[in-house]
Amino acid sequence: MIVDAARGAPLGTDAQSPPPELVQLLTPEGERVEHPEYDVNLTPEEIKGLYRDLVIVRRIDTEAVALTRQGELGIWASLLGQEAAQIGSAHALKQDDMAFPSYREHGVAWCRGVDPLDLLGLFRGVNHAGWDPKAHNFHLYTIVIGSHTLHATGYAMGIQRDGAENAAIVYFGDGATSQGDVNEAFVWSAAQNAPIVFFCQNNQWAISEPLEKQSRIPLYRRAEGFGFPGIRVDGNDVFAVHAVTQKALDNARSGQGPTLIEAFTYRMGAHTTTDDPTRYRLQAELESWKLKDPIERLKAYLVKNQLADREFFDAIDAEAKEVGSDLRRRCLELPDPEPTAIWENVYATEHSLLAEERGQFTSYLASFEDVSR
Amino acid sequence: MNEGLRKAMENDPKVLIMGEDVGKLGGVFRVTDGLQKDFGEARVIDTPLAESGIVGTAIGLALRGYRPVCEIQFDGFVFPAFNQITTQLAKMRMRSLGTLELPVVIRIPCGGGIGAVEHHSESPEAYFTHTGGLRVVACSNPADAYTMIQQAIECPDPVIFFEPKRRYWDKAPVDRDLSKAVPFDKAVVARPGEDVTVLAYGPMVKTALEAAQADEQHSIEVVDVRSLNPLDEETVLESVRRTGRCVVVHEAPVFNGYGGELAARITEKCFYNLEAPVLRVGGFSTPYPPSRLEDHYLPDLDRVLDAVDRTFAW
Ligand SMILES: Cc1ncc(C[n+]2csc(CCOP(=O)(O)OP(=O)(O)O)c2C)c(N)n1
Ligand SMILES: [Mg+2]
Repeated sequence: MIVDAARGAPLGTDAQSPPPELVQLLTPEGERVEHPEYDVNLTPEEIKGLYRDLVIVRRIDTEAVALTRQGELGIWASLLGQEAAQIGSAHALKQDDMAFPSYREHGVAWCRGVDPLDLLGLFRGVNHAGWDPKAHNFHLYTIVIGSHTLHATGYAMGIQRDGAENAAIVYFGDGATSQGDVNEAFVWSAAQNAPIVFFCQNNQWAISEPLEKQSRIPLYRRAEGFGFPGIRVDGNDVFAVHAVTQKALDNARSGQGPTLIEAFTYRMGAHTTTDDPTRYRLQAELESWKLKDPIERLKAYLVKNQLADREFFDAIDAEAKEVGSDLRRRCLELPDPEPTAIWENVYATEHSLLAEERGQFTSYLASFEDVSR
Repeated sequence: MNEGLRKAMENDPKVLIMGEDVGKLGGVFRVTDGLQKDFGEARVIDTPLAESGIVGTAIGLALRGYRPVCEIQFDGFVFPAFNQITTQLAKMRMRSLGTLELPVVIRIPCGGGIGAVEHHSESPEAYFTHTGGLRVVACSNPADAYTMIQQAIECPDPVIFFEPKRRYWDKAPVDRDLSKAVPFDKAVVARPGEDVTVLAYGPMVKTALEAAQADEQHSIEVVDVRSLNPLDEETVLESVRRTGRCVVVHEAPVFNGYGGELAARITEKCFYNLEAPVLRVGGFSTPYPPSRLEDHYLPDLDRVLDAVDRTFAW
């Protein structure tokens, strides 16, 4: 049965019917537009909360890029341009929902209460992850593309078996949709009717490869073949992202199974700080997406509707600045781990081989101290 | 590497390059820089982001007479392709009673030392040397990179080709005359010596050479193993018989690592020439650590010399 992307209900079998449009509730100019299925059900305070988070995570990101340039981080994967996709979807989560990020979801992390400093450890090279996933219901970053979509599926199967009214959400990129694991996650979650939302941030690029290298059809339409709804949302429209994600999560929580959301957005920065996008993409493309900036459009909306004044914007800017400089200060203070951390947390219990290696290495290091004395 | 690939593509129109970002970008390390521009998109393919697909389709292309050279972007990302490599690529010649040939090369930038995040610094060679049907080689310097990649592409068997990523920036003269090159399945004595043999491959050859240079007490012979499977036993054993001592160095974990195989074979075949047990220097039996700890994890000059000293203290 073919399922309508937006409604999760059976769709007419007419193959000629045009695919549903991208869901948008706020134009790039900040005008509210109506959509037959989705509405903004946020209070002015909540809307201002979205704005605050958008601005703060951009600031965190800017600071991290600068820290990388100064050699304080080894590398950074910037979320620039994707703030609305992340903040809008993360705000739709309930505390007991579980999020599985890839490696660019700093905005989601922020909304899940992860200290931005804890995000830096992986990129600075002092740990592989700095936060407790259980404390935030925000899993570790996953760098091996797509692997975590299956973890999220399994987690959702656990939620289902527990009879809990929660959902899992998993974040991945356009490139990731080519991986076997991701396709297996689609198959599994469909077969199990798992309470999961697949949140694909289509930022148009997988390092240097444009979407055409991965797909001939819009990504959200892939879902149809797997037997669950897919929907494309304007990923730079925080209202639309929030509404669409909320609906998909509600569906998951109420036993209606998975949804694939394709958040149509753009990677405004380099893939990571080691990448040089001028080798493969045109400046003009970047310029056209600048006009769709997720923060500017919400700001325009707030101003137009007199929901916020100069004072509010100044206060948010000041707060973001403070978050940024605090992050910088604490990053510089991050100590290098002790060498023996190499052998920590590999197994649940003492392991004879690791104990032997650690012992040998400790005496080896001590032999240098003896010499210098 | 780039010149070697270019030569191979010029010499044989069946040679294809495939991988993530290898085309327009020229690969994340620029190893394939300019090749798509000169040979076109049909021969230099920016593949979907799917390693199992890269190797699986390379097998199909090889069945159709092509010689695909696959790039796996980083060592830690070869595992989605592990099934295709070990269950399909390695076995097809034997399963077909020799009627099928799969001249597929899988290039893997390997090893640590570049301050990268997890999954970007690993040394997975033992998984592949443990699999019959695969040839496994590692180049250690620019001259070998140029020749060995061409020899690997010419080879009718599948080849896993390790490139030490932290040595990509090394510069050295390259002899373009392939007819004079040592066959890629042979080891070479990288530095002659008398007292002890240090066996290394890939990134650790340079480290071993630096150690040999630094050691004023012992004359260290460094053998660049180059081909892990098949192993050029003749060169290795001849050296150890002469020196009577041997240290094996690799970045991969020592436990169950390739050095264990070398140590065992040397012990079996030149037991009476040995003055001390073969010692191994390598990584630890843990996941690769965060980059700020990698200098402790990776064997360096001091750890090599420490092992050398211990073989003399026996
Ligand atoms: C299995 C695997 N293969 C290759 C890589 C190297 N790599 C890192 S990010 C990336 C592109 C990912 O693109 P996309 O899924 O669109 O996510 P984005 O980076 O755009 O957020 C690649 C190829 C990897 N991390 N994992
Ligand atoms: Mg992308």
